[in-house]
Amino acid sequence: MKASAFTVATLLVVASQSTLAAELEVEITNLTKGLYFTPVLITAHDSEDKLFEVATEASSALQAMAEGGDISALVTQASASSSDIAENPAAGLLAPAASATAGLTTTDGNEYLSVTAMLLPTNDGFVGLDSWKVPTEAGTYTVYLNGYDAGTEANNELVVDGSGAPGVLGIPAAPGGQAGTNGTGITTGDTNTMVHIHPGALGDDDLESGNSDLNNTVHRWLNPVAKLTVTVK
Amino acid sequence: MSSLSNFKKSALILMLASSLAACGDNDNSDPIEDQEPVVVVEPEPVVYEFTITFSNLTAGQPLSPLSVIAFDETPPWKFGETASVGLEMIAESGANEEYLSDENALASVSAEGGIGPGETTSVTLLVDAQDVLNLSFAAMLGNTNDAFTGLSSVDISTLEVGSSISRTTPAYDAGTEANTETADTVPGPAASGEGFNEIRDDIADIITMHPGIVSNQDGLSTSALAAEQKFDNPVSKIVITRTQ
Repeated sequence: MKASAFTVATLLVVASQSTLAAELEVEITNLTKGLYFTPVLITAHDSEDKLFEVATEASSALQAMAEGGDISALVTQASASSSDIAENPAAGLLAPAASATAGLTTTDGNEYLSVTAMLLPTNDGFVGLDSWKVPTEAGTYTVYLNGYDAGTEANNELVVDGSGAPGVLGIPAAPGGQAGTNGTGITTGDTNTMVHIHPGALGDDDLESGNSDLNNTVHRWLNPVAKLTVTVK
Repeated sequence: MSSLSNFKKSALILMLASSLAACGDNDNSDPIEDQEPVVVVEPEPVVYEFTITFSNLTAGQPLSPLSVIAFDETPPWKFGETASVGLEMIAESGANEEYLSDENALASVSAEGGIGPGETTSVTLLVDAQDVLNLSFAAMLGNTNDAFTGLSSVDISTLEVGSSISRTTPAYDAGTEANTETADTVPGPAASGEGFNEIRDDIADIITMHPGIVSNQDGLSTSALAAEQKFDNPVSKIVITRTQ
């Protein structure tokens, strides 16, 4: 009796462990009217190896993503920590109202999902999801994502060529157009240097000068900025 | 399913009635001979009734009369798609006659009037029972160019009598008119400008989330709107209760 009870218990443990690996389909939709997402990074990871965390300092890898859309350092970091990775499902920019879908097979222990992509045109704004626990039950789940500020660069709102490099002040590009030039700059400092909820762009109504190169009727947004539809198979 | 079970119930009642008649019969004759011929009546279509309450959560945006459309497969509007002329009319002027005549609607209804900030209205929708039944909602944020709120599709197929579904709704941009906020393009009381105009001059002719009001107090000098017309998500609350 004891032996068979032990066997049953062992089988249950094995069974529950195998359910930790999951077959996922992840669709991300850009909900904004005038912002573009740079290459999207989706990772499944354990409780430690997240891509970012609010109210902490951004890693240099997160900074490179948030200021220039470069996810290579985040990918290297995620690979090193044995995360499961879906990289750049939109094969480039994800336009307003567009969606991109990635398949992701998670391995045992990688129970959490994280997402990042830079918001253009912003200085260091990004759409993010930090450690959403993947349900074990098969089904389709919807998660709404907010806009974050990496806290690594002042939101001066000036479009400057080459400013996608970490530490170079400025917005590297305004893919949808509608941006201005010759702004004088909104601000020179970032008061909150930790990762935080983005306060939004200000913009102005003067495309030839003014404080900002952004257009205040086009480049503002409200949360949420993205919808994630996760199908657990 | 419901029609079928109702049919079964009426058949059962007929059987009970005949067996009761048989019990009252004391001469032990074959009860079958005493039975009236059973007439099978086609069941009346079962009608569902839903009461919907709609609350305005904004600081200073009047919401136009809520439009409710019941459908099985094709919603009257979808995020990321181009707005129909009916939706454009709602989003630019609040008028919903065209929208409510949607060809895919199983039933549709409009709330009696618009509601101001903090107000709640309620509307009743009757629709024949369906295996698959969804509701869609839309109403304009009056002091905007083409903002509307609502829900594209809420599945109410399995909502039981007495049960409710509660949702909050974000602000959408119909994508049919540029967000100039000028006095001659915003129809609401803050500006009293033009309502519907068939010209589509927005940055992209698709439904997206709304970026919010800039206002003349926050950098858009040509705006007729002020801080009190600004809003954030969510902008309304909708509660659907099946009452029959």
